Amino acid sequence: MKLKQISVFLENRKGRLWKALNILSNANINIRALSIADTSEFGILRMIVSDNELAKQILEESNFVVKVNEVIAVGVSDNPGGLEGVLEILNKMDVNVEYIYAFVEKNGEKAVVVIRTEDIDAGVNALKDGGITILSEEEIKNIKNN
Amino acid sequence: MIWNEKAECMSEDDLKELQLQRLQAVVKRAYEKVPYYHKRFTDLKIEPEDIETLEDIEKLPFTSKTDLRDAYPFGMFAVDIEDIVEVHTTSGTTGKPTVSGYTEADLDLWGEVMARALTMTGVKKNDKVQNSYGYGLFTGGMGVHYGGQKIGATVIPISAGNTTRQLEIMQDFETTVLTCTPSYGLYLAEVAEKEGIDTSKLKLKAGCFGAEMWTEEMRDKLEERLNISAQNVYGLTEVIGPGVAMECPEKNGLHIFEDHFYPEIINPKTLKPLPEGETGELVLTTLTREGMPVIRFRTKDITALRRGVCECGRTQVKMDRITGRSDDMLKVRGVIVFPSQIEKALLKIEGLEPQYQIIVTRPQHLDELEVQVETSPALFSDEVKHIEEVKKDIENRIHSEIGLRVTISLVEPQSLPRSEGKAVRVVDKRNI
Repeated sequence: MKLKQISVFLENRKGRLWKALNILSNANINIRALSIADTSEFGILRMIVSDNELAKQILEESNFVVKVNEVIAVGVSDNPGGLEGVLEILNKMDVNVEYIYAFVEKNGEKAVVVIRTEDIDAGVNALKDGGITILSEEEIKNIKNN
Repeated sequence: MIWNEKAECMSEDDLKELQLQRLQAVVKRAYEKVPYYHKRFTDLKIEPEDIETLEDIEKLPFTSKTDLRDAYPFGMFAVDIEDIVEVHTTSGTTGKPTVSGYTEADLDLWGEVMARALTMTGVKKNDKVQNSYGYGLFTGGMGVHYGGQKIGATVIPISAGNTTRQLEIMQDFETTVLTCTPSYGLYLAEVAEKEGIDTSKLKLKAGCFGAEMWTEEMRDKLEERLNISAQNVYGLTEVIGPGVAMECPEKNGLHIFEDHFYPEIINPKTLKPLPEGETGELVLTTLTREGMPVIRFRTKDITALRRGVCECGRTQVKMDRITGRSDDMLKVRGVIVFPSQIEKALLKIEGLEPQYQIIVTRPQHLDELEVQVETSPALFSDEVKHIEEVKKDIENRIHSEIGLRVTISLVEPQSLPRSEGKAVRVVDKRNI
């Protein structure tokens, strides 16, 4: 089960992150999770949002470069060692992780981890075999409604 | 189609004879009517009678842009101002503009050479020419206008700018030929795509592009994106405007209308003439201009001349696409760089928008070259690693083209300035 993530190119200029988020906010799009990869010259804003298609469309209308790609979301227990267990499985199966970011659910029992492996399918299979719960698009959507 | 077969397909002997007659006449006119030339010739102890062969042109002094500027505004005119029916000027970006004055006969000549040029792009009586060169003091607009009307085509004098309206007119009027700068042509294509206009459904068949330097790679993009044949027109205000030379459908050089404009190639350093086929600075002499004859004008444009009968049937000499200007060339860390070389490298990259800006700085004692390129979906990725690879790839391609390391900066789409006339490609921030 793969989850759609949108990535946005940000020039390293004042106000660009704000502008991107402002566009989403005006369109009433909710951001479930977010991370920013920053380099000295540019940034990549990665987000799990409530409506990918609409987010992509309105950002592109404002001349942002947007890409939709797949990531894996897993729920891990919000305890020490929770994430470590997930990574151990991937490591054992020789699956390379490109990047990772996490957020904690409202009720605080579980953390949601977004993982981008080099080979997404290999990542999904390894985690499934390792008994990790992979969250569906639907489950992520429902987080806010809990 | 050839507009003036007699002139354009003339035998070499006839052409040389005609050129000599006209050269002798223009030198005499310049000597007698233009005080500037009278003085220059007298200082060099040259009299019009000294021109006995075409090669004798080498005895004559060069005319530079500075000479024309010093004569601002009307000092180079060979007729009374009352016989001048139109004036144009250069943009004056590097100082005072230079003025070109046209008599009625000069306008007729301009129409003639532009009719030849437009005929090469396939313009006939039943064509609709959307003229998106700027109208005004700039020569582009009026030059195409006169040529199109001479053919009897329908000229749409829309001028540059207002891109949405340009596309609307293009569809509603069923424009068949587009004339504008190549950078504006690409911008039109970009906006058309954005507005969801299917360019293959347009009636457009050809484009006559010029007034700035461009590359083969840019031609490919224009042809593909606008579904047209893109051809190169050359000219300069000091000589007449557009219509000095034009690319025929063979697309391997521009025929110079040498029965009116006599070309030479010189070494820009030694000022010595170079043999046929060698690359150097183009020098032009107007053979038939009445209002403002110009003798051995140094164009600063770098090209080479190639003689021989062209597949299209024309015999007039061909010049290569201009690859640089002897004064626009950048010297970075001692290496000569033409913006066109960088453009060439950039356009080879799939998915890259042909919008770029070159920024030269000297942070300490060493020159740095930064090339700003707009990001596109094809270049972008969710992984930093991948974007860094794309950047490196672009840097390597430019390196192999110019022999210098550059830094690529990816900027957001539409953030580089778009121009309606000549694109500003180079920003030199060095204080030298």
